[in-house]
Amino acid sequence: MKNANYSKEHILYLKKKRRKAVFINLARAGLLVAVLGIWELLAQLKVIDAFITSSPSRVCITIADLYKNGTLFSHIGITLLETLIGFLIAVVLGYSIAVLLYMSDAVRKVFEPYIVVLNSLPKIALGPLIIIWIGTGYTSIIFMTVLVAIIVCIMNTLTGFLSVDKTKLTLMKAMGASKQAILFKLIIPASLPSLINTLKVAVGLAWIGSIMGEYVASRAGLGYLIVYGGQVFKLDLVMTSTFILCILAGGMYGIITLIEKKLTK
Amino acid sequence: MILSFNDVGYTYHTKDGETNAIEHMSFGIKRGDFVALIGPSGCGKTTILSLIAGLLKPSYGKIERENAEFGYMLQRDALFPWRTVEANIFLPLEVKKRNTPEMRDNALRLAEKYGLKDFLKKKPTELSGGMRQRVALIRTLAAQPDILLLDEPFSALDYQTRLKVCDDVQSIIKSEQKTAILVTHDMSEAIALSDKVIVLSSRPATVVAEHVIDFGDNTPKSRRECPEFSQTFEILRSELGL
Repeated sequence: MKNANYSKEHILYLKKKRRKAVFINLARAGLLVAVLGIWELLAQLKVIDAFITSSPSRVCITIADLYKNGTLFSHIGITLLETLIGFLIAVVLGYSIAVLLYMSDAVRKVFEPYIVVLNSLPKIALGPLIIIWIGTGYTSIIFMTVLVAIIVCIMNTLTGFLSVDKTKLTLMKAMGASKQAILFKLIIPASLPSLINTLKVAVGLAWIGSIMGEYVASRAGLGYLIVYGGQVFKLDLVMTSTFILCILAGGMYGIITLIEKKLTK
Repeated sequence: MILSFNDVGYTYHTKDGETNAIEHMSFGIKRGDFVALIGPSGCGKTTILSLIAGLLKPSYGKIERENAEFGYMLQRDALFPWRTVEANIFLPLEVKKRNTPEMRDNALRLAEKYGLKDFLKKKPTELSGGMRQRVALIRTLAAQPDILLLDEPFSALDYQTRLKVCDDVQSIIKSEQKTAILVTHDMSEAIALSDKVIVLSSRPATVVAEHVIDFGDNTPKSRRECPEFSQTFEILRSELGL
């Protein structure tokens, strides 16, 4: 901060701005604390039935229990791994397919309607098929994750490629650039912002895919805990798993935001 | 003649039909000339540039060109925002696979000569519109083209910047002794910049008249101050049917 050079007015303006930022952060944290507090209070006062709604303290106890019997991190680890692997495959494969579709007008036009239909198909409908074809292990859950996330990856990336500034494209062509040169020197760097947006959407979809996969077929993981908890009416377990999922999903989104900051600096 | 059009025609084909963009067009350009092609909006000027650069093939007629390299300068600067000014200037070298130390040195020498030294490590977004257009010109010159094709390179600039960049570009091109072909619909720009003005008709475009411009001391500023300027302007106006 080079405060010395600023006018009084500007310093005041900066102060105001900083104060606003602090207020917003406090309000955010406050909202969370308030919701959790009211939830706990209502449960303690027996206004709501904690057996059905669970409560923050019960969630903490459940986490501690899971930690004690050593399954907490294995459940988290399994779901996290499935999600990450599925996410990476979907993004890398989706991006590569988008490149192929971009390079050939004819190929793109042939595949476009099928991609659109696949996009609107609820992927869970394929659950039974996936179990029969691939089995009930992690592979089928990863497969489901890829399935849910990849179509959007392809479509978003392709849209990003196709919306690259036409003037820049003309410039490259006028320089006599080859298709590869256009791809690597123009299309890929120019569509970086759209790639980051795709990553953000794909993270959310990968979580949907992995949890959905665990609903359909699994013996471990957070999705499994949710289904199991629901079946045996242990709603503490359902709430706990959901809570952990919130943290993980938020964390992964945060990492992508960090990558975005690094790349677009 | 570094370039000549002999009875060239070009027809566009789209699903809705065909359009005659250019008909029976003939003209010649000598090495070192600064030629302006002027015509009403939408008369197919950009098509002519694409034909010259070989991006399009004529439907009939013949385009003869000496073994010459082309450099294209567009309406908008089209600088890549993720590259520094320096990396933008090197782009044609990379694309044409002539990214040698000598070519890079030469490009940097041009950049320094024309006042871009302090901006080399900056991103294009940090530059003014006029400065960006200058970077675009140096980028075009970096690949050492023999002929510069200028497609209304000033039309995206505001009037004051435009006058300045116009002078700028003209003096750089003259001092580098390049052949330049400018397409524009701006009559005063054409008269101020070029040695020869070729007037085109509306679509299908064909050559209506050619004027050699040799008054003033070959700078846009002196041209604009000459009494012949407004006379030529009136002649062009009537030929364009305005």
